Amino acid sequence: MTQKRLKIGIDFTWRDMEVGNIVTEAGSAALRRTGDWRSQRPITDKEKCNKCSLCWLYCPDAAIKPLEDGYYETDLFYCKGCGICAKVCPKGAITMTEEEEK
Amino acid sequence: MQEKSIKFGKNLVTTEELFTAGHSFCIGCGEALALRLACKALGSSVIIANATGCIEICTSPLPVTSWRVPWIHTLFENTAATISGIEAGLKILMKKGRIPERDIKCVAVAGDGGTSDIGIQALSGAFERNHDFLYLCFDNEAYMNTGIQRSSATPYGASTTTAPAGKLSIGQITRKKNMAEIAVAHDIPYVATACPSYPFDLMNKVKKGAEVKGPSYIHILSPCPTGWRHVSDLTIEIGRLAVETGIFPLYEVESGRYRLNIDRPNLKPVEEYLKLQGRYRHLMNKEIGKIQAMINEDYVKLTKKVAAFAA
Amino acid sequence: MTRRVALEASHAVAEAVRMADVDVIAAYPITPQTHIPERLAEMVADGELNAAYVPVESEHSAMSACLGAAAVGARTFTATAGQGLELMHEVVFAASSMRYPVVMTVCNRALSAPLSVWGDHSDAMAVRDTAWIQVFCQKSQEAFDLTLWAFRVGEDPKVLFPVMVHLDGFHLSHVTEPVILPEQEEVDRFLPRFHYPFALDPNRPMTHGGFGPPDIYSEAKIAQELAFRQSKEVVLQGWKEFGEIFGRYYCPVESYRVGGAKTLLMTMGSFTETAKIVIDERRGKGEAIGLISLRLWRPFPFEEFRQAVKDAEILIIFDRCISPGMGGPVFSEVRSALYGEEPRPKVVSLIGGLGGRDMSDKDFDYVVSRGKEIAEKGSEKMLETVGVRGEVIRMRG
Repeated sequence: MTQKRLKIGIDFTWRDMEVGNIVTEAGSAALRRTGDWRSQRPITDKEKCNKCSLCWLYCPDAAIKPLEDGYYETDLFYCKGCGICAKVCPKGAITMTEEEEK
Repeated sequence: MQEKSIKFGKNLVTTEELFTAGHSFCIGCGEALALRLACKALGSSVIIANATGCIEICTSPLPVTSWRVPWIHTLFENTAATISGIEAGLKILMKKGRIPERDIKCVAVAGDGGTSDIGIQALSGAFERNHDFLYLCFDNEAYMNTGIQRSSATPYGASTTTAPAGKLSIGQITRKKNMAEIAVAHDIPYVATACPSYPFDLMNKVKKGAEVKGPSYIHILSPCPTGWRHVSDLTIEIGRLAVETGIFPLYEVESGRYRLNIDRPNLKPVEEYLKLQGRYRHLMNKEIGKIQAMINEDYVKLTKKVAAFAA
Repeated sequence: MTRRVALEASHAVAEAVRMADVDVIAAYPITPQTHIPERLAEMVADGELNAAYVPVESEHSAMSACLGAAAVGARTFTATAGQGLELMHEVVFAASSMRYPVVMTVCNRALSAPLSVWGDHSDAMAVRDTAWIQVFCQKSQEAFDLTLWAFRVGEDPKVLFPVMVHLDGFHLSHVTEPVILPEQEEVDRFLPRFHYPFALDPNRPMTHGGFGPPDIYSEAKIAQELAFRQSKEVVLQGWKEFGEIFGRYYCPVESYRVGGAKTLLMTMGSFTETAKIVIDERRGKGEAIGLISLRLWRPFPFEEFRQAVKDAEILIIFDRCISPGMGGPVFSEVRSALYGEEPRPKVVSLIGGLGGRDMSDKDFDYVVSRGKEIAEKGSEKMLETVGVRGEVIRMRG
């Protein structure tokens, strides 16, 4: 029985259900791309950034990752484009720009 | 104590996420942030019992889960009862030597509906029986997950779908039930109010609550862009204004002793808070004046309690 | 050492819970179940039972606390009756679909309104669809035995379903009868320690109770139903093992003096013993009559039941509950189980014993006579009540 399958199609049968519908694989929702929700994305100006970490702290989606060099990077796989990071940045280093039409 | 810009935040706060991204909270959700911060203070040696609601739905869609700690959801109104069973079960199994003795904190997570309405009986019982658990109420001031219906935590004058503003109504005509004070009335060791706009205050309180031996209760205001009808990037600012206008004061009560965490001699006018939210846009000056008077009255009451039962 | 003592059925249940070394008891008092939590509280207070006794503030919280306790791997027990069972109704469904092996004694009590603390089967019939393994007891010995058996079956890793043990309120729960109590060593041999494979544990984090959107709910339910049906295997295995250790053998459908019986009376629960008196009397006069008592209610024992009735011409079913607008619930199910079977008896429905109304042997004698009359007249589509003052109204059943 695989729990990694997210697309519930005709191949997901009653045999695939765990007892009590218990999910034994922790954090399996990490495979879900929530990045396609957004209509705007954050762009960070590294020149202005002072590595204060507030953007990382305030992201409801934990979509900002700390990097080795102390800067922070938005994970566009998850980022929903709420704009909180841009608002809380004390240096105004983050701006929200419209997502392009695909 | 004003929140200053904290440098090197990641050295003060763990980078571990107890629930993964890929969850389905709304864009800009204050509750998601509050939960994320609370989890940073809790650490992974926990068992979480969760009520039906936004958090449960957004983090546990079969066949996957966001949770990386043991987590259980049964029903809507029984979170405190479920956690009572978990706590009693762990204690007796350790006492009988069936499982190794270790520190596992029992944490109950519920919304305002699952706490102050349908869940209040189970919570009161769990408090009275003195179980060792931390109860986190994530208050977005309505039944948000099912479509913004009113709860007893909806503030006066707010428009919800079951108490909407209309020709004959201003929306919620009752005052917000004070769950924190109800918790205090149960004589439990620790009660606090918190808000994700003050992340370190929130995390410190969760840590404190988790260290208590016995029941502890933290009421966390969770701004909701969808239900409060505000722009998604204003979540943090609205939470800050809730505190700065006095509509949601931050305080702690340790064994009946009160401490106000942020005491502003001059509260900002509540209009600054209300005007950012669509759920209040129907309010005229008369109603806003009423709300201001209520806040002033409640704040005085609180400061008197703080003075009379100082920590 | 094995002893034969006089025990009220409620106390027999408490004794079984004690010998099973239950870990968590979360119960709310309600007549006529009160003697069970009272006796258990005494045992805990005196150190005879090493369990966590959680005096919850309602039955809904009682079952919810049981779910929590079972989820961390504790052996869990509760008891309730009538209104209490109704109050925990939604939680009872969660217990089985989340596969927590809680054991619950139900002292069957009539449902309000009007308020009644006395016994009938309306509370049990309201929880037919909850996917709990359910049995009905006839006597104190069974109350003791089936409680122990319930833990063995529910906790079996091939089962993991909760179990309800039904006792008639007052008529059984408060009746003192001789009970043979086994040695602790025998109980320990019969009942292995509970090991729950999905216990909530920070070392192996799992998620219990995720929500099921439409594209997964059907699969989840069918998987549950198939597992529930398969639990019958362990139900029977449990009874076999019980018999081998304790010398008392139980079966899904008890047949009493059915050899060559043209007419069968069917009962459930403690009224069976009263009905047996009538069977003996009539047999004494040469009548070809027998009795079957349905012990296993869920999963319904189709094969055993059909086997028990295959030679009868008339089957009189006595229900202690009305399913409003429909008739006797047990009758409806039994008739449905016989549909399409050839040959099958004529089935007759008689309803009585509601809300604690006693049924004496004379009343059961009437049940048999009237049942036979109805079958012979060919009017078995219409049900009748027994022992209700006023003229007898016949209703479609």
